[in-house]
Amino acid sequence: MLSLSNVNKSFGKLAVLKDVSLTFEAGKSYALIGPNGSGKTTLIKSVLGMVLPNTGVISVNGKDIKGDDQYRKWIGYMPQIGRYPDNLTIGQLIDMMKNIRAEVTDVDEELIDAFKLYKLYGKPMRTLSGGTRQKVSAALAFLFKAPILILDEPTAGLDPISSELLKEKILNEKRKGKLVIITSHILSDLDELATDLVYLFEGQVQYSNLVEVLKQETGESRLSKAIATMIKQKELLHSIAP
Amino acid sequence: MTKIIRYVFYDLLRTRFVTAYTLFLWLITFALFQLDNDGGKVAVSLLNIVLMVVPMVSVVFTTIHFFNSYEFIELMLAQPLARRSIFLSEYLAVASSLCLAFLVGVGLPALVFSLGMVGMTLILTGVLLTCVFTSLAFLASVVTQDKARAIGIALLFWFFFSLIFDGLLLWVVYTFSDYPLEKVTLALIALNPVDLARIVLLLQMDISALMGYTGAFYQDFFGSSMGMIFSIAVLLLWAILPLAAALTRFLKKDL
Repeated sequence: MLSLSNVNKSFGKLAVLKDVSLTFEAGKSYALIGPNGSGKTTLIKSVLGMVLPNTGVISVNGKDIKGDDQYRKWIGYMPQIGRYPDNLTIGQLIDMMKNIRAEVTDVDEELIDAFKLYKLYGKPMRTLSGGTRQKVSAALAFLFKAPILILDEPTAGLDPISSELLKEKILNEKRKGKLVIITSHILSDLDELATDLVYLFEGQVQYSNLVEVLKQETGESRLSKAIATMIKQKELLHSIAP
Repeated sequence: MTKIIRYVFYDLLRTRFVTAYTLFLWLITFALFQLDNDGGKVAVSLLNIVLMVVPMVSVVFTTIHFFNSYEFIELMLAQPLARRSIFLSEYLAVASSLCLAFLVGVGLPALVFSLGMVGMTLILTGVLLTCVFTSLAFLASVVTQDKARAIGIALLFWFFFSLIFDGLLLWVVYTFSDYPLEKVTLALIALNPVDLARIVLLLQMDISALMGYTGAFYQDFFGSSMGMIFSIAVLLLWAILPLAAALTRFLKKDL
């Protein structure tokens, strides 16, 4: 459904993505993890066409995305830090997005209801707290029923109840056969949500496999422990044969 | 694309800057007409406003607006919209709102007090200069990620074309004054949109006699319809070329 092959990207001298090749399939949810600055957001932005890779091919539904813009109608994107025009109110923002995507008549407003955003429709975006902003981002990502969902730190900054609502929603969408890609540092959340794991380190894919396989390999039952063990093993291997 | 233009336009109106700019132009034009009944003198005073204030406001406002609407651009980029149409919509919305402000602020009073041909030229050059400097400001905004630096570059454009270029031109004319320079200066003037606008306006005001032999030469060239078409075409080029360069840069930019 979504694949990257040999994608390289550098900002000046700094290589952010090094020869990244990945395949993402529908009906699965992928946890994209890695330390800060490992290239997660750059990878996501490359898929969205905001960052243009130096070399390599990214394709969505088998079509190269280079020079294309229509493929983005398949993608619902929730940014890490939702930045919106300050002057708009929540209601105006949602109306504007619907208006711009007028071809989509069947919209999913489940999250708008769940987060009770309609109560805040008159509030300007600049007055919103980080959490409310996050809720708006989430609602917008799911609004157009896109088959691919890319969520950059979806639960960061959300209160526990909203966080649960969002996770519930993500699981429901995955069950419907959508492709979900999530980056997060909250591993306990990923334990519930992800079926597959992609570990990115210094711009390289260090690990890509099923979460279950990782747990078996490391002999741990919790994702956080399993990842910690995996990283330690990698470091050990690296120190023996660099 | 029309939808994006509409939203950017709403956003611009909401910031109230454009309204303030309109009022400012309107007040100045109106005050000048109150002070003096001689349309010619008013036109000369307006000339200075058109040549100094309009380019400066255009570059500063456009650059600030571009960086303030970065969020909007990011939001649009995640939608199935082409970068080209997002960028051109931004330009069209900004340029047309600034032009509208100028038309209402200066154009309306000028028409009411019937400035005639001079007034029409004034309005036309004002609109063209707005487009030119909006283009240049967009170029300044896309070559750097930093807002302060972008405003700096944009102001440098304004400073260069308003002041520095004239100095260079004077130096050239003075140094090579032994040679016939009419055609050369004509070509050099085309390199500066502000000078071009100034000369077109001055010649309309029929004071070219003050400019001596060169003035007569310019009158001969710019006074003809060919000269008018030439200067408008060059000003349009000055709007299109920087915009095209900015667009090319924007299409390859990482956001």
